[in-house]
Amino acid sequence: MPGADHHQNTGPALSLEGLSRDYGERRALGGVSVELDAGESLVVLGPNGAGKTTLLRVLATLLRPSGGRALVLGCELPDEAWKLRGQIGYLGHEPLLYRDLSGRENLRFHARLHGIERNEAEERIAELLEAVAMERRGEDRVVELSAGMRQRLAICRCVLHRPALLLLDEPDSNLDAEGRELARRLIGPGEGRTRVLVTHDPERYAADADRVLRLAVDERAVAA
Amino acid sequence: MTPSRTAFAAILAKDLRAELRTLQSLPAMALFAITTFVIFRFALDRTTLSGNLAAGVLWSTLLFAAVLGINRLFVAEREEGGFDAIRLAPVDRTVLFAAKATALFVFLAVLELIAVPVFALFFLDSGAGLPPLVAVLVLADLGLAATGTLISSMAVNSRARDLLVPLVLLPLVVPLMIAATGATSPLLELGGPGYERFGTWLAVLGLYDLIFLLVGYAVFDFLLED
Repeated sequence: MPGADHHQNTGPALSLEGLSRDYGERRALGGVSVELDAGESLVVLGPNGAGKTTLLRVLATLLRPSGGRALVLGCELPDEAWKLRGQIGYLGHEPLLYRDLSGRENLRFHARLHGIERNEAEERIAELLEAVAMERRGEDRVVELSAGMRQRLAICRCVLHRPALLLLDEPDSNLDAEGRELARRLIGPGEGRTRVLVTHDPERYAADADRVLRLAVDERAVAA
Repeated sequence: MTPSRTAFAAILAKDLRAELRTLQSLPAMALFAITTFVIFRFALDRTTLSGNLAAGVLWSTLLFAAVLGINRLFVAEREEGGFDAIRLAPVDRTVLFAAKATALFVFLAVLELIAVPVFALFFLDSGAGLPPLVAVLVLADLGLAATGTLISSMAVNSRARDLLVPLVLLPLVVPLMIAATGATSPLLELGGPGYERFGTWLAVLGLYDLIFLLVGYAVFDFLLED
């Protein structure tokens, strides 16, 4: 499993100092400083436009930071971003699934991208589809699935390669009560999972948070 | 890192499976080519073509049909998150360039399997020039696949994608088209294929392919950066 090849990190899982990101002249994310140890959960709160999604995309190495320092799993961004690939499970607004492939085909595709052996991948995919109660819908094309079903598949895709760090942007989006409960088993706190979770629902996640980061529009972020 | 051949096979298989399932590119490319041949047949009011004119009709039609496929090459990656998925995986990003260029090469080959026999049926007296034409088609397709993949990956983030691809691609493939028509023209002469400067034109095509494959390999990583 790729998890065995994870970059060995003895320091904090996440260490940010004055991290910022600009889009042209506009500052989308400014002055974020926070530390997070392995196995902890950081809940990121803030109004629309505060930079929550931008923060996750920077941590996922999908965006380059404009300023400050970001150390993720011991890797300095952006210079050592390549070392992080395969160690992050990213669940964004888009499910990152091809509409014309089935759920199972999508998961096989991602498994191959992450270098998971065929037999091992089939076992892992079956296990995950069962975990989100999708084993009977695994052969359906993504375009035929409801938004909630796609989110369940996206969660499977996010944890398929057993990432060391989960970056979750509104993970409960489109999920019903059963879906939220099933998802919690895969991406919830505990079992040593290190998570950065963006939400608009602080009450729901308050109990899970080891740390809380509040982002504000045009203001410096405050870590609590 | 995931072995490049594994990632390459995964991306290529995904693209071919998606095309087989949705038929979004190939039928449109083939239909465009056949319709254009019909238009040429009536517009030129000729039942047979040879030499430069035959080569020009064949290559201009194939090129514009190819543009349809090139336009759509990265649409799924852009709209369905494929770019992000590949950037998150421990994969050498140039593998995406290689896989996409190969997929485009396969699309062009399938297009030509349909379009060239139709062209021969409409315009050629004899099929004697077709076997050596395969070498020209293969080399020109390689160049088109390399250039088309590069331009398509740059244009896909633009809302004016459909406009940008032909505007940027067509000037870049002028040398390729000159060499392809130069090599094709003697093959389609009346009275049987000739091989005047055939080898030279094939060498030019090969050089063009090499240059654009290397350029694609060198710059593709930067094109995927935010």
